[in-house]
Amino acid sequence: MSVKQTPNGYELNDSGRRVVVDPVTRIEGHMRCEVNLDENNVIRNAVSSGTMWRGLEVILKGRDPRDAWAFVERICGVCTGCHALTSVRAVEDALGIEIPKNAHLIREIMAKTLQVHDHVVHFYHLHALDWVNPVNALKADPKETSKIQQLVSPSHPMSSPGYFRDIQTRIRKFIESGQLGPFKNGYWDNPAYKLPPEVDLMAVAHYLEALDMQKEFVKVHTVFGGKNPHPNYLVGGVPCAINMDGPLSAGAPLNMERLNFVKARIDEMKTFCDNVYIPDVIGIASFYKTWLYGGGHGAKNVMDYGAYPKVNYDKSTDQLPGGVILNDNWNEVFPIDPRDPEQVQEFVAHSWYSYPDEKKGLHPWDGVTEGNFELGAGTKGTRTNIKALDESAKYSWIKAPRWRGHAVEVGPLSRYTLAYAQNVEYVQEQVHRSVAAFNQLAGTDADAKTVLQSTIGRTLARALEGQYCADMMVDDWNELIANIKAGDSATANMDKWDPSTWPKEAKGVGTVAAPRGGLGHWIKIKDGRIENYQCVVPTTWNGSPRDPAGNIGAFEASLMNTPMERPDEPVEILRSLHSFDPCLACATHVMSESGEELTRVKVR
Amino acid sequence: MTETFYEVMRRQGITRRSFLKYCSLTAAALGLGPAFVPKIAHAMENKPRIPVIWLHGLECTCCTESFIRSAHPLAKDVILSMISLDYDDTIMAAAGEQAEAIIDETIAKYDGNFILACEGNPPLNQDGMSCIIAGKPYLEQLKHAAAHCKAIISWGSCASYGCVQAAKPNPTRAVPIHKVIHDKPIIKVPGCPPIAEVMTSVITYMLTFDQIPELDRQGRPKMFYSQRIHDKCYRRPHFDAGQFVESWDDEGARKGYCLYKVGCKGPTTYNACSTTRWNEGTSFPIQAGHGCIGCSEDGFWDKGSWYARLTDIKQFGVESTADVIGGTLAATVGAATAVHLGVSVVKRAQQKGDQE
Repeated sequence: MSVKQTPNGYELNDSGRRVVVDPVTRIEGHMRCEVNLDENNVIRNAVSSGTMWRGLEVILKGRDPRDAWAFVERICGVCTGCHALTSVRAVEDALGIEIPKNAHLIREIMAKTLQVHDHVVHFYHLHALDWVNPVNALKADPKETSKIQQLVSPSHPMSSPGYFRDIQTRIRKFIESGQLGPFKNGYWDNPAYKLPPEVDLMAVAHYLEALDMQKEFVKVHTVFGGKNPHPNYLVGGVPCAINMDGPLSAGAPLNMERLNFVKARIDEMKTFCDNVYIPDVIGIASFYKTWLYGGGHGAKNVMDYGAYPKVNYDKSTDQLPGGVILNDNWNEVFPIDPRDPEQVQEFVAHSWYSYPDEKKGLHPWDGVTEGNFELGAGTKGTRTNIKALDESAKYSWIKAPRWRGHAVEVGPLSRYTLAYAQNVEYVQEQVHRSVAAFNQLAGTDADAKTVLQSTIGRTLARALEGQYCADMMVDDWNELIANIKAGDSATANMDKWDPSTWPKEAKGVGTVAAPRGGLGHWIKIKDGRIENYQCVVPTTWNGSPRDPAGNIGAFEASLMNTPMERPDEPVEILRSLHSFDPCLACATHVMSESGEELTRVKVR
Repeated sequence: MTETFYEVMRRQGITRRSFLKYCSLTAAALGLGPAFVPKIAHAMENKPRIPVIWLHGLECTCCTESFIRSAHPLAKDVILSMISLDYDDTIMAAAGEQAEAIIDETIAKYDGNFILACEGNPPLNQDGMSCIIAGKPYLEQLKHAAAHCKAIISWGSCASYGCVQAAKPNPTRAVPIHKVIHDKPIIKVPGCPPIAEVMTSVITYMLTFDQIPELDRQGRPKMFYSQRIHDKCYRRPHFDAGQFVESWDDEGARKGYCLYKVGCKGPTTYNACSTTRWNEGTSFPIQAGHGCIGCSEDGFWDKGSWYARLTDIKQFGVESTADVIGGTLAATVGAATAVHLGVSVVKRAQQKGDQE
């Protein structure tokens, strides 16, 4: 190669200097990124590689489908619970189990709690240091920071000059101790950082506030699921029975006190999103108004299965409706059907797996997973000491899923694009309000699409989704209480708990709006046991390597044509990659050891 | 420049009174009496922040996620004031070469004097290349850091036992840390994940007493893993009275009866869930209505369905309670004497490793 045009519209040029980032940090799991720069330090070729695999689907074969949720939950401890939820939905779908209304509402509250928690932790603890410079915060005048805080968020109580001075003193002593901990070897004198010291100080304060608050949010999971990370789930409903005023109510999983406890946490989530998270994202973004890179497939080629139905099992009531948008045409939303063998397919031409025919993709129900760790002839280094990958061959532990052959992006930005295009009023209003606030602070006149189709847009959409989820949870909680008041306290449907009631063979699909995008699990059950289990997860879509046609995935697309201030300091690469909130343990859990019979997954 | 916890806390504006209160809470969290408060205070006034390198192998990051949920002490106070978390790829600012350089910098400056915290485990298949860090097998990074550390904490069931990726047929041949590192003391803190406050208490104990906590034969701190969940479960009276949940959402489930018949593994699981509980004491799995799945036990993934009833009921009947209480007393006494025995505990662990 030197210059190559991809079918999805990118010009790749690998003739310039190659820069390698391994490990990519502040993500879940392990990943590597390589780019080629031109003479102006602009990225002209991007290669993203998943560098771990674990093999959970192989491990699930032959086990009790009712146990599967706990195994797949351990795919990821960051988006904890979303794989468990997808799993119980897939099993219930296969066996024709409908869960009680209370169980649905409790699961919804748990799923949305995860959204808020995960989005907040992502922004402050995984992403913020791409935009915020804690060392620069030492130069701030705490009085000015206080003024800014009161301007952008008048309702937030922690805003006094003394409060910010204390934080600044703490950070100063920490840095002056010479033991920099997580800030060690950061890129603090890189001109890519644009915030004034006062805003850096405010953001550092919120980094610490968010760390304190996130532990409160997850207590919703602790009430309903007993612990967090990794709360417990149940096929057929939820394990937390309701006893409002009967004998022994105080020792029951759910009673008035427990539900009040949950409500208090929901209110905290809403307050934090409204007062801190949203103003921070918009405020910080306004200082990066000239840095609208990183769009890639974002808000142009997008997919989601749809989520948060007002009426369970009625997709037409989804509060974040799904579908597919291609080629930036927001006027046409294609319906998506995870059961259709022609729609979702996975390819492995550039992944460390083998297919009988690698030109073709396979639907998850017919998935084949056979490991094949082979490096291309152009690889620099050795098999166990890779200096540079050869992307013309296999180069990642991630498969390449495609929708009818198209590389699409998934995640909050994709869900927001679909909701906006399908006239979800809440979402449109949120987008208009935040873009107006951005323009006001930045002194610009950008339209919604321009802002959304960028790395900043991806980060903004995630924050807006957190706020929406907090609001939806208030509705869910009210509905739960109203339903219990109406006399319904059922939490589990046990009609088909006993495997003797199951058909000899069954197959099902479960989907969830996971924090990082549309998540699907496909299960086949035979004689009461798991015959095949396949997960197609958000980071598999976003972090996918090239497909046989040469289309690049969303990570790679987002890096294209981004200028770097300093080639040796990957601030801009981290910025765009982090805007997806990569989760590599999710993406690369599929594996099998080549040649070992036990680890071959072959259906039919 | 070295600093003590006390100095760090004081310059954060924490008063001496608050500092002493913190020491009392720490003592209480560790199950130690008031007599230990001055010892803790003394230790914190005189010790610098110890460097920690926190490595990630094959895992799901639930241990890190649990760790940041700690309420007492707060995760931010651990990170800013108690340890120097020089490498943890989940939260560190640097990436790539700048990140990897930190490991060698730490070794050069603190050889033999940093803690290696391990989350996840190394796979041995595919030349170790099913977990790649900086183009090389994770196992190489692990062995390199381990060779220079003072002691290892194996966080969670992955590092301690193998956990889910090591469940049959263990396709990647993932192995726990102690299978590949033999010459260092290893503290196992199992659970999927471990309880947040258990994690931070183990660290606080080590910093305060400058020694590893007393361990059981499996290498777990006795202070949190010497009792079965069943032994202190608030539903235990229902077990003793023969009142059981027979099916999900039945009358017994609504009354909070014992979950033994629907598969609870509390009677065979050693952990602090029913005592310390989860997320600042908010609840624990049994209180929320689901049986314990035994996530802190070796190989729990392959010990039958979550919903299959334990069959060895006689081993954990009421008659064993006296033993359990006796064991608890012994552990408390052990913690007191361990103050003087710490060095030899480390030595014993090292010798044991050498013999393997």
